Amino acid sequence: MNIAVLVKLVPDTEATIKIDADRRKIAAGEINFVLNPYDEYAVEEGLRQKEKSGGQVTVISLGGDEAVKALRNALAMGADEAIHVKNSGGLDMLGVAKTLADVVRGRGFDLILAGKQAVDDDCGAVGAMVAEFLDIPHVSIVTSLDVQGDKLTATREIEGGFEIFEAGLPALITAQKGLNEPRYASLKGIMASKKKVIEEVEATITAPKVEVITLTYPPQRPPGKIVGQGVEAVPELVRLLKEEAKVL
Amino acid sequence: MNVLTYIESRGGKIRGAGLEALTVARDLAGKLGGTLNALLIGEGSVTNAASLGNYGVAKVFVVEGGDFNGYSPEAYREAVISAMKASDAGVVVMSSTSLGKDLAPVLAARLDAAFLPDCTGLEVEGEKLVVRRPVYAGRCLITLSATSFPAVISLRPKAFLVAPGVETSPVVTTLNIDLSGKVKSRFVEYKTESAGKLDVTEADVIVTGGRGLKDPANFVLVEELAAVLGAAVGASRAVVDAGWRSHGEQIGQTGKVVNPTLYFAVGISGAIQHVAGMRSSKVIVAINKDKEAPIFKLADYGIVGDAIEILPELTRAVKALG
Repeated sequence: MNIAVLVKLVPDTEATIKIDADRRKIAAGEINFVLNPYDEYAVEEGLRQKEKSGGQVTVISLGGDEAVKALRNALAMGADEAIHVKNSGGLDMLGVAKTLADVVRGRGFDLILAGKQAVDDDCGAVGAMVAEFLDIPHVSIVTSLDVQGDKLTATREIEGGFEIFEAGLPALITAQKGLNEPRYASLKGIMASKKKVIEEVEATITAPKVEVITLTYPPQRPPGKIVGQGVEAVPELVRLLKEEAKVL
Repeated sequence: MNVLTYIESRGGKIRGAGLEALTVARDLAGKLGGTLNALLIGEGSVTNAASLGNYGVAKVFVVEGGDFNGYSPEAYREAVISAMKASDAGVVVMSSTSLGKDLAPVLAARLDAAFLPDCTGLEVEGEKLVVRRPVYAGRCLITLSATSFPAVISLRPKAFLVAPGVETSPVVTTLNIDLSGKVKSRFVEYKTESAGKLDVTEADVIVTGGRGLKDPANFVLVEELAAVLGAAVGASRAVVDAGWRSHGEQIGQTGKVVNPTLYFAVGISGAIQHVAGMRSSKVIVAINKDKEAPIFKLADYGIVGDAIEILPELTRAVKALG
């Protein structure tokens, strides 16, 4: 099976986020950047499907130089090939998906995997958009995937339960936590990944239809109060919730 | 500019999140000088259409039939596009539920539209749609604007209130959608893991338990408080990873993001990843043994103490309110 995985480099979820002086992006400063956690599930799934049916895994990342770090991390996990789609910024979500679809198209991928969302923009849209541009089926927020020949069955997590979908290949899946347990890169994998040649392509530039106006911090909550200690504090808490907060 | 709202239904009933979207869409249509239109898809659509008159809708489009009983990205996409054409709408609004999070990008790609997902704020400035949405797990807010139409907007559930409008008698039209060759993935079935349990993303009150409960058996104390409050039960990542609770209850960066009126964080320290999922709750109450726990910096009210002792007392006190 010819498998593609779309990956992105993002700030570590533990990072303290500071807004840059231009107030339109974050200050890269002291942040540790990592492979998007949801993309780890996608890479792992690609590797497992390859181990099951044979084939190869190609990881693809759109971005500036930082995208290469995401690709190297995925190669270290065991991916075979990597493509860096060079983009210096200015694309909106639609533009990102269009260019990724352009790169994927015509390369004969049977299965395309992506994380359900990137933990920086939290949009969760690129996977579905890429599938739409490629005119192939997709299932998002997948917690279980079974591929048999040229068909797949996917379990999609929704409010209160799950939906089961079937689709023919080629198809695109976005990975949710629980799909698998991603492997750690082995030292051998890390060394091998450094030697891999990464294919470079230029992003298709499209004029954005959505522009960033500003990035701000959320409003500060007014300081709260510790009502008391132990069970003795319960009556006062309930009184405050009823009379002051008016939520009971 | 006319506005179309896709109002989601489940099991033949309109979802509250869909009415939140409709309320926002009504305001938007007013500011854009256009009509307010709605689309219902699936079981119960014809029955529920007239009720939308309470919200000031001019036209309701309904799509029913076997292909629409379960979600299908392509079938629902075609239904929305058909309704947009029938209402001459340049803006589509929906809630960013699991379904909306999938359908909105599909539509935006098909329509080559300005895409404004999961918004918590929406304004019209002259000709421009200006939205606000959380990014970096809610650590920042980004303000975006769209300068062209069509536009596809999705709204974060519970970020907006539902409000009835000037009553109308909507014109209800059944749309016949030609799906030949278009449906690509087949919906097989819906499995509920918790029949009748309130989902955290739909709840006004949530009681979330963490490791401070010490033992999975103690979660019954959380459930009892939730029951008297009419609340949903949530879980921290730690207790989900430990196998005490299902991932569907997990709140946080790798779980669900919620926006209730009242949130109880019980035996939860308040790590960034958990806070990411509940920081926009209107009122936050924390119960934790450790007075230095970061959760107390976020909470509006806190009790320092053992959750196992405090929960039953709190349940009794809430019950006594009647």
